[in-house]
Amino acid sequence: MRVPTLVPAATDVGSPTLNITIFGVFVLITLAIVVRASTNNRTAADFYAGGRAFTGRQNGIAISGDYLSAASFLGIAGAIALNGYDGFLYSIGFLVAWLVALLLVAELLRNAGKYTMADVLSFRLRQRPVRMAAAISTLAVCFFYLLAQMAGAGGLVALLLGVEDKAGQSLVIGVVGVIMIAYVLIGGMKGTTWVQIIKAVLLILGAGVMTVWVLGKFGLNLSHLLGDAVQKSGGKPVLDPGLQYGKSGATKLDFISLSLALVLGTAGLPHVLMRFYTVPSSREARRSVVWAIWLIGIFYLFTLVLGYGAASLVGPKAIAAAPGKANSAAPLLAFELGGEVLLGLISAVAFATILAVVAGLTITASASLSHDIYNSVIKEGRASAEDEVRVARMTAVVIGILAILGGILANGQNIAFLVALAFAIAASANLPTILYSLFWKRFNTRGALWSIYGGLVTAVTLIVFSPVVSGKPKIEGKSASMLQNADFHWFPLDNPGIISIPVGFLLGWLGTVTSKEYNAAKFAEMEVRALTGHGAEKAVSH
Amino acid sequence: MSNDARTDDDVYLGLQQSEEFAELRTRFRRFVFPLTALFLAWYFLYVLLSTYAPGFMGHKVLGNVNVGLVLGLGQFVSTFVITMLYARWADREFDPRAAALHARVEEAHR
Repeated sequence: MRVPTLVPAATDVGSPTLNITIFGVFVLITLAIVVRASTNNRTAADFYAGGRAFTGRQNGIAISGDYLSAASFLGIAGAIALNGYDGFLYSIGFLVAWLVALLLVAELLRNAGKYTMADVLSFRLRQRPVRMAAAISTLAVCFFYLLAQMAGAGGLVALLLGVEDKAGQSLVIGVVGVIMIAYVLIGGMKGTTWVQIIKAVLLILGAGVMTVWVLGKFGLNLSHLLGDAVQKSGGKPVLDPGLQYGKSGATKLDFISLSLALVLGTAGLPHVLMRFYTVPSSREARRSVVWAIWLIGIFYLFTLVLGYGAASLVGPKAIAAAPGKANSAAPLLAFELGGEVLLGLISAVAFATILAVVAGLTITASASLSHDIYNSVIKEGRASAEDEVRVARMTAVVIGILAILGGILANGQNIAFLVALAFAIAASANLPTILYSLFWKRFNTRGALWSIYGGLVTAVTLIVFSPVVSGKPKIEGKSASMLQNADFHWFPLDNPGIISIPVGFLLGWLGTVTSKEYNAAKFAEMEVRALTGHGAEKAVSH
Repeated sequence: MSNDARTDDDVYLGLQQSEEFAELRTRFRRFVFPLTALFLAWYFLYVLLSTYAPGFMGHKVLGNVNVGLVLGLGQFVSTFVITMLYARWADREFDPRAAALHARVEEAHR
């Protein structure tokens, strides 16, 4: 590594053998639990929704395990360490977004649907076209999110296991993918949920211990920590907003666009929505979100301390020089505090994070392919439950293999951009239709199709012609474009949300008012069911 | 599945148009819509201040803690408070009413 000798590269700190051992133990324990949990995996409700038998608390912990991806653990801590306050802004958007899910979506969706997001969207509209559209946007969001996680795995490997060459990294991505496929095939939603619960507990405990440790070093005085972080950053105003986004009018607008996508995207993420079907009632769905909000909020408060702690105790120079750059802030801080052992534990948790999130995405994508596309569109609802689960298992393997290949190809790509794209699509293509379906009497099939396809196409098109894909040269300390030898960008912002989200809402309205379709009986059934819980799917009893 | 023909359309339509159901729906919307408007407005106020008023946000309040950090932590507090307010309201006010109506539908189906 081309780093100054005084600054340890992350590959020189810690012991890769210890890291791999701790991770191996985690995989063995979780696999054993997954196998145990799978003994009752018989029906479609078992495979897709864990028999709807999880409690609100269990599901809330699993949701936070699903949501706190490697991007938010390593990414946010690193962003705070390098860009200070602007990194903190991310975590606020990620948290506040949960209120949309709590107040407007979770309970109504739990009562009205069965396995997938499309169940709710197509409830009172024409089944096949709406299911197809909802499945396509589900797959698009899952695809970009999966790619981000798998690409992140490559970077983590370099950082934590000392694997520097591409072939070795590809091998590790492959191993991660195979373990994940095993979790999904053996355990279904039940096994996946348990993996997420265990991972969430480890992650939050680990971050909590590190937070107390850091604060302890500053006499439990936050102000001292902040002051020291400013000093170690060479007097850079890391406590003030604007370091990353305050440079020009375009970057400011970009930040507003990102904020919009974050706050409206969460309630449209299909793998988050699917988790609401794993509890027996809307009341437990509410409990889930309350637990998730507390855990996610507390975790983001930890990352604030960890980010400034890394800036102060490790120093921005050492972080920027390490392989993995900003992403290495939290692991380096762990090494600084607790040496090899704490680094090993935190590394294993980071790997477990990727594993759990990828498993959740895979089961969501395979459910959408088999329940929405195979059964409802191709078989017109006549496939048996056994057939559906068989197809879901097959598609899970295919998606897993695609994720491995995609992850190998995307290794080294900008993770934050892939995640932001997933959120922008969720907010532009999914959320308008979800809200219109639940709250707007007049909403109809044309509105849904225009909104989903319009939001999806607008978001993807703007991204393709934005600076994240082309036209941004490699400058130290800035994210460069994916393609370096071309420049065909005409959209000035990195995040398309500020345009594509209003477009999604507007097209939903326009499509609706230009079509006369209206199914009064199905709307009555959906509204009564959503609000009173009458006819809602019940838990499986074994 | 949502399409199961196990229920009578008229029962749903009748219930949907009943006064009790309209009241349940109104209560729900009167609680969640203003709260949603409130937290979104507060969130975007914070985002806009962070973007266009960095000087104000950089003002020191206590030691090295500045206005921006206080308002940012305020977003956490408001999120937790709204969560607890809603959960309490839903448990105490909404659930019993929804359950009563639910029982009525079950009866109508018998």
